[in-house]
Amino acid sequence: METLMSFQKLRIFLTALSATVGASTGIAHAVDVSVLYLERQVQRPPTLSVLDAVPDDLGRAGAELALFENTATARFLGHTYTLDTVVVGVEDDFSDAITKALADGHRLIVANAPADDLLTLADHPNAKDALILNGTAPDDRLRRDACRANLLHTIPSRSMLADAVTQFLVKKRWADWLLISGEGPGDEEYAAALRAAAAKFNAKIVEEKIWRFDADMRRNAAQEVPVFTQGKDYDAVLVADEIGDWARYVLYNTWLPRPVAGSEGITPVAWSPVIEQWGAAQLQKRFADATGRGMQSDDYGVWAGLRAIGEAVTRTKSADPATLRAYMLSQDFELAAFKGRKATFRAWNGQMRQPIPLVHSRAVVAQAPIEGYLHRVSELDTLGQDEAETDCTAF
Amino acid sequence: MRFLLPVFLASFAVPAIAAEAWVTNEKDDTVSVIDIETQEVIKTYDTGERPRGITFSRDYSRLYICASDSDTVQVMDPETGKILHDLPSGEDPEQFALHPDDRLLYIANEDDAITTVVDTVERKVVAQIQVGIEPEGMAVSHNGKIAVTTSETTNMAHWIDTESQEIFANTLVDSRPRHAEFTADDKRLWVTSEIGGTITVFTVEDQEEIAKIDFEIKGVRPERVQPVGMRFSPDGKLAIVALGPSNHIAVIDAETFEVKKYILVGRRVWHLAFSPDGSKLFTTNGVSGDVTVVDMDSLQAVKTIKVGRYPWGVAIRP
Repeated sequence: METLMSFQKLRIFLTALSATVGASTGIAHAVDVSVLYLERQVQRPPTLSVLDAVPDDLGRAGAELALFENTATARFLGHTYTLDTVVVGVEDDFSDAITKALADGHRLIVANAPADDLLTLADHPNAKDALILNGTAPDDRLRRDACRANLLHTIPSRSMLADAVTQFLVKKRWADWLLISGEGPGDEEYAAALRAAAAKFNAKIVEEKIWRFDADMRRNAAQEVPVFTQGKDYDAVLVADEIGDWARYVLYNTWLPRPVAGSEGITPVAWSPVIEQWGAAQLQKRFADATGRGMQSDDYGVWAGLRAIGEAVTRTKSADPATLRAYMLSQDFELAAFKGRKATFRAWNGQMRQPIPLVHSRAVVAQAPIEGYLHRVSELDTLGQDEAETDCTAF
Repeated sequence: MRFLLPVFLASFAVPAIAAEAWVTNEKDDTVSVIDIETQEVIKTYDTGERPRGITFSRDYSRLYICASDSDTVQVMDPETGKILHDLPSGEDPEQFALHPDDRLLYIANEDDAITTVVDTVERKVVAQIQVGIEPEGMAVSHNGKIAVTTSETTNMAHWIDTESQEIFANTLVDSRPRHAEFTADDKRLWVTSEIGGTITVFTVEDQEEIAKIDFEIKGVRPERVQPVGMRFSPDGKLAIVALGPSNHIAVIDAETFEVKKYILVGRRVWHLAFSPDGSKLFTTNGVSGDVTVVDMDSLQAVKTIKVGRYPWGVAIRP
């Protein structure tokens, strides 16, 4: 509530100013942009550690910040933004909720929802002429065979994340891996992305293990992990543990003195509170001032979705989803994404091209693409499925 | 007499007032003073936190420093390095421009989406103008009639009437505009866009875009070519722009907008300034923590001077 209040205050402040500023500029062409923030809540499985509570406004806070930023630009142009929020509870019927939202006329949607729900939304008969920005679902299939023409992605895919950390590890010559994956949601997909990345960049998985311990690792990690990580020699331990359940107990408890990467240790992310270069400090400050917490990847993905709409509206002076989509996929689009390079969209599957920071809890270690990985079009396209390998046919 | 002679000679060898380049070191909270003749750091003074923008009063008797994280503009006596007083500046001042009246300071408040106008004599805020998000670039026309703020996230140049202190025009530019500069005749305004990788040139009279300048450096990835600070040569014929992490500056013909040359300098070059006679150019290189001296006749980098951590702004005192 605190969050919403402070964003609201900012907005009222801006609205009050817009009348005077807009009138005096003389370049006003009224465009009224209505955007839906659609969140599907999910049941989160319990984790061993209770240290990291998932914020209630994860994702939504990114939308609020982007609305503030879009509005700040819009008032100089005579444009306005309205953000409606629909949150569908775990037990609620998702189809009913989107049918109603689409009936209300929403055609610009920034989504914080799992892959299956996104597909339900994208395939809804009334969503044909909509533009949906996926701000949180990293599933590769949404960018591949299950891609949809009306669905663009601002959050990086798992393969982009896996490629990013792999480039770094191979460059460091930590190319022989022990891969440990969990059985939580997304872990197998993450492990698959790491396997594919290893094949792509010539890393080698010398051994794979599945994490099946169900003991409380806060007490037992020191005893269990050394034995568990014994075996063949490896340069690094790669962990696939998307919900942050057990991998934190692997660090410094491995049999061999080796770095940990993936879901813990050196972690590829869309965003993290430790990013401060390239003007990011300003974005972090705006976010922290409004929410009292650090900005996470899901906040960033949603933020980037609404900011991308904002950039496209500003440049095209239109709120028509087809016009905005065409502009976003064109070469003219650019979003200053606070990662040192402009973010653009891949025309073949709607994925936002962006650097991937590799972070630990206190600092940025490196940022992919790592120097030396070349590409004929953009080095950013060394991360994730490239045009030549795509099996997305909707674009 | 014998032992007095060297002292006597020395006082002749050094001109009474040697020109100096003053450089703010963003992560050291200091300014480094470089003697332009000897090209050496002769003094280092403490400042407030995260000093960035730096400029002198018209008679060079006062130095203004944006101490961004101290949320103030400091006024320093350049003779002693003493901070005389602070000016109210609004939050997080990043860059500023001094009005030709030598009195009003136009300050971009990066965290507040505001341009603050401060009377340096009365030491009070005379106006605050709501601009776009992350205002950074700040320029005042030589005739004093127009101030321009660029906002990095809103991607605009905001044109402010200095009479009414109100915005009279907003013009879109490419992503993350960092710096604005009027030509000496006030006919044109140049705006650099860091992430867009371009310079947009406007005619001041009607705020129409007349040119967009692109850069291409052989062997450097295009994303690393990020225009930030810029200056016109004293004769007005050339524009020099710092291209950030490409570690190059570009020399541009100010009339034809043609890039004549790229010069390799230090890492992540931010801002630049000419020696009073225009023969030398000093660039601040953030990541390498040094200043490159460029000879303007040969267009060659001739010397590197080590300063503090993350040098950012630079101002010349003749």
